[in-house]
Amino acid sequence: MVNRYLKRIYTALIYLFLYAPILILIIFSFNASKSRGNWSGFTLKWYLELFQDRQIMKALSNTMIIAILSSGIATIIGTAAAIGIHNMKRFKKAIMMNLTYLPVVNPDIVTGLSLMILFIFTNFQLGFLSLLLSHITFNIPYVILSVLPKLKQLDKHLYEAALDLGATPLYAYRKVILPEIMPGVITGLLLAFTLSVDDFVISFFTTGSGVSTLSITIYSMARRGINPKINALSTLLFLTVLLLLIIVNFRMSGEKIKKEREI
Amino acid sequence: MKKNWMSYPYIVWMLIFIFIPLLLVLFYSVTMRTDQGLIFTLDHYQRFLEPIYLKVLFRSIYLAFICTVLCLVLGYPMAMILAGNDFKRKNIMVFLFVIPMWMNFLLRTYAWMTLLERRGLINTFLSWLRLAPLNLLYTQEAVVLGMVYNFLPFMVLPIYSVLSKIDQQLIEAAEDLGADSVTVFRKIIFPLSLPGVISGITMVFMPAVTTFVISRLLGGGQFTLIGNLIEQQFLYVGDWNFGSAISMVMMLVILLSMGVMSRYDKEHEGGGLW
Repeated sequence: MVNRYLKRIYTALIYLFLYAPILILIIFSFNASKSRGNWSGFTLKWYLELFQDRQIMKALSNTMIIAILSSGIATIIGTAAAIGIHNMKRFKKAIMMNLTYLPVVNPDIVTGLSLMILFIFTNFQLGFLSLLLSHITFNIPYVILSVLPKLKQLDKHLYEAALDLGATPLYAYRKVILPEIMPGVITGLLLAFTLSVDDFVISFFTTGSGVSTLSITIYSMARRGINPKINALSTLLFLTVLLLLIIVNFRMSGEKIKKEREI
Repeated sequence: MKKNWMSYPYIVWMLIFIFIPLLLVLFYSVTMRTDQGLIFTLDHYQRFLEPIYLKVLFRSIYLAFICTVLCLVLGYPMAMILAGNDFKRKNIMVFLFVIPMWMNFLLRTYAWMTLLERRGLINTFLSWLRLAPLNLLYTQEAVVLGMVYNFLPFMVLPIYSVLSKIDQQLIEAAEDLGADSVTVFRKIIFPLSLPGVISGITMVFMPAVTTFVISRLLGGGQFTLIGNLIEQQFLYVGDWNFGSAISMVMMLVILLSMGVMSRYDKEHEGGGLW
């Protein structure tokens, strides 16, 4: 019985540790005073200022556009690649898988600065496009790693049956294979989207002057110290993530999300 | 089914954006621009052996090590509780544990800035108790705290996923044979959870060693870690050659330790998250 209470207390402490900073951040986004120590009344002023801040709004739209484009393009290239890799012979497959794992295990900072070197070396203007190309690059492996397990589960006779029944290879892919691997493709797309929104390190190195994402904006604001506008922004982002997670959780159980991320 | 061509765009893409950039890093790390043009040199690697830089390396490893130990000590019991039957709504508990992980790590780090700063909540609380305010932010402890906060879930989840797969009958059998709970833990549960522990250690240690954001925001730039050093070389000092050499060293250390770790985790039982 004592043991049971100990466990409960321990759990409570750990969850307090996890959530207290976030909750305090949220509470103080409604604080009228700019000094964080004391509470001086409820206000929505920081939210208003947030939405009037051109720089932040621009960063938000950049983040969204890059996330949508990069996850979309990465999903197309990655799904095609996964189908190709799946049909490779053992040796070639092993090489491809190692190549795919390389950016996943490599520290972000190395991936980021190596891309920066590439862009500067080839005189490629750092900015929106370099940012987009970098995001596609680090997203593709995650799409491949989400689609491959679905391809492995696939009954290979399905495709042959479609061909026997007179489907052209393209038609068979579109009507038979693609619907079967669709859950993996969607997971890959969502994962790529999340990673793109969440990325800071690689964006930090591959962006040029004037082009910023939310992460970069937050970093440069936080470096200058506390700013209630970041609190307001954090609150909105936290609630968005929470909402998305709850929606996704309706689609699949928590255990499965973890499996999907398991690579 | 000859569909290999479908992966060609990917192969070309990865050659251009992963392979060639890494070759460029390697190239910069072993060359130097002199009056006679480019020459091959290992000077940049040698420079890294100077005490001032070695100190940075050791500090990074030391802080990451402390962070990993703390995560293991705090995380293992948590993983056991989550994997056990103490909570009726276990799925929700796990879900709640995962949520903070999905928040942008900059915001998670920033959250601690607001708590620790001079006029922050903790110091306000202390002054309310009529105690002297403490210097909490911009200390080494703050950096470790930020690391533990950011990476704790990466330790708990792999251990949790291994623990929840352990066959309960093994534990019952051990108990039937007279083992007490300590022996059961020492001889059954812990050995079986090792793949998860190793996976967790990898997933905490690697990002902790390479971070430059946490040390910048919570350490205020006073505690240069290897990630900060690389960032400085590329963005402020402009010494790409030296920066590349440090990056190569870091990359090799990480890839080698990943290789070593994966030997102990052959079947990916650890349920990695990356």
